[in-house]
Amino acid sequence: MKSRVWRSFSLWYLIGVHLIAIFAGFVAPYDFARQERTRPFAGPTRVHFVDSSGKFHLRPFVYGIEKSEDLGSGYTEDRSIFYPIQFLVSGDEYAVGPFHCSLHLFGIEGPERFYLLGADGFGRDQFSRMLYGGRISLFAGLLAAALAGCLGLLIGGMAGYYGGALDDLTMRFAEVFIAVPWFYLLVAVRAVLPLHLDPSASFSLVVITVGFVAWARPAKLVRGVILSAKERSFVLASRGFGASTFHILQRHIAPAASGVLLTQITLLVPQFVLTEVALSFLGLGVAEPVPSWGNMLAAAQHYNVLVSYWWMLIPGLVPIPTFIAYHALSDNLHARLDC
Amino acid sequence: MIRYISRRFANSLFLLVVVSAIVFGLAQAAPGDFFSDATINQRISAETVAALRARYGMEKSLPVRYWGWLRSLGTGELGYSFAYDLPVGKILWPRMGHTLLLTVPALLLSWLVAVPLGILVATRRGSLVDRIFSVGTSAMLALPDLLIALLILLFALRTRMFPVGGMNSVVIPPGWWSGWKDTAWHMFLPVLAIAFGALPMILRHTRASMMEVLDSPYVRAARGLGLSRFVTLYRHALPAAANPLISLLGISVGGLLSVSLLVEVIVSWPGIGPLVLEAVLGRDLFLVMGAVMFFSVFLIAGGLLADILLYLLDPRIRMQS
Repeated sequence: MKSRVWRSFSLWYLIGVHLIAIFAGFVAPYDFARQERTRPFAGPTRVHFVDSSGKFHLRPFVYGIEKSEDLGSGYTEDRSIFYPIQFLVSGDEYAVGPFHCSLHLFGIEGPERFYLLGADGFGRDQFSRMLYGGRISLFAGLLAAALAGCLGLLIGGMAGYYGGALDDLTMRFAEVFIAVPWFYLLVAVRAVLPLHLDPSASFSLVVITVGFVAWARPAKLVRGVILSAKERSFVLASRGFGASTFHILQRHIAPAASGVLLTQITLLVPQFVLTEVALSFLGLGVAEPVPSWGNMLAAAQHYNVLVSYWWMLIPGLVPIPTFIAYHALSDNLHARLDC
Repeated sequence: MIRYISRRFANSLFLLVVVSAIVFGLAQAAPGDFFSDATINQRISAETVAALRARYGMEKSLPVRYWGWLRSLGTGELGYSFAYDLPVGKILWPRMGHTLLLTVPALLLSWLVAVPLGILVATRRGSLVDRIFSVGTSAMLALPDLLIALLILLFALRTRMFPVGGMNSVVIPPGWWSGWKDTAWHMFLPVLAIAFGALPMILRHTRASMMEVLDSPYVRAARGLGLSRFVTLYRHALPAAANPLISLLGISVGGLLSVSLLVEVIVSWPGIGPLVLEAVLGRDLFLVMGAVMFFSVFLIAGGLLADILLYLLDPRIRMQS
């Protein structure tokens, strides 16, 4: 019973995370590229309920910050200015499909900036960038896994159903793709493509290369399922009654294959999110100023940043619960297949 | 026996030929080459570029170039790097040693930790240890390798207990022993990071395949005969469970190499990783291709070795063939 709640929780959690990523423009208080050069590496802004005179406010508020003289990079709160946190405020413009919108879930009004998770070296809001970065990284992983799954279904399905020389050939090819160290292959594929691309092009490039390099494993799985399903007695019976190939595929084989494939895809998503993160980290994926969890972490690898500003590591931490949810979902699907 | 091995060998050779064709095809499909930038530069005449291209044999037909590249693979030169103006092999071999210095200890460490631990957990199914284990491995699986590497760097910087950055200190006290000790000291954290990344996968597989074997009647029989726990587990159960683990060994090496790339870049270890990254950014294609080919040979040879090992260890496979 407990595990059932947990299972549906993982699904709802994933839906929630992806929705937040889709509507990053609304949830994030600032635009991902909005700089504030006077606030490099400002720490997370402290949210207060009680002001300096000891009075309690129901509405949380933040103080303004100013650079403190004693420490090189430290900031102190300026208690004289007071910014209440407001919901549904207007701010930076963002696009929702064809429309432009400037309404944000929360934010503060005035010249001061509200950094929920600190700021990076350009004074850009780390929280907003993390949300926009999640849009890139999560969906790159999801789309790449879906692409690999589709290719696997197509190739593995044909190999399994028609068998013979086609089966032999495709499975040999699959073996090649499994035998090659695949991250290096990915880097090699990236090496032959132009280095500097605009963000949407490099996003689709990552999705397509990862999807095409990783088709082999799902293809092998689908083929295995189809080979065993083909010999099942109900399939043989259906064929004996004169059912068409299409009918057999759609009615008997697809349900068997789709469960296995879906399980595989949910397992692949976290792996491919990490692949996108690693590629962007190495400067081979999505490039600045568009954030991805990978290129945000690239800023954290400098020694002084790593030691002094812990919030720069957050893009490496946010994927963890999402990955756990994906793994739980995959286990759930797997358990459902067995019974 | 010989028939089995020769068949596996032929299969590996076929794999290598296909991989080389794919890799070479990729390099050929690339828009432009190393000298493309030079054609834009007005100070370099078209004749000079043409002469350079002719010097490296780039004007020859595709099959001729492919054959030349294959031959250079055979001699260990692995093609020619334009940026370094050296055969790729000359640059790659020493770097390869550095990468293996990280990956081989990491491989040994992760397997030596994971197998006994996996067996232990498999014998305690449903217990508290098992539950902690399953939560722990799923958390470890969800931990990005990149984050592990960054955290290890952070740990080193904070505690100052371990050196990071490169393979050796700037000043090493004289004597061969201190040189080794210095390198080992630098190796410690990267090896730990790579091993940690590989651990959860091996743990889970060990547990799963051991559990399957422990259910079988012959294990119960062995226990009933009064054999000791250690003998039952390691002498009778483990060999039967080893089959999927040996296959996993090959896959885990592939995973280890990709984690190693990230770790090397982060701690600036002078291995293949930073070299390949630099080559990608500098469009030195043959160096990248050489590295991919090298690792493919490495992995395919490992797969072949695993097949032979399986044949020798597992009578079930011997019967099949």
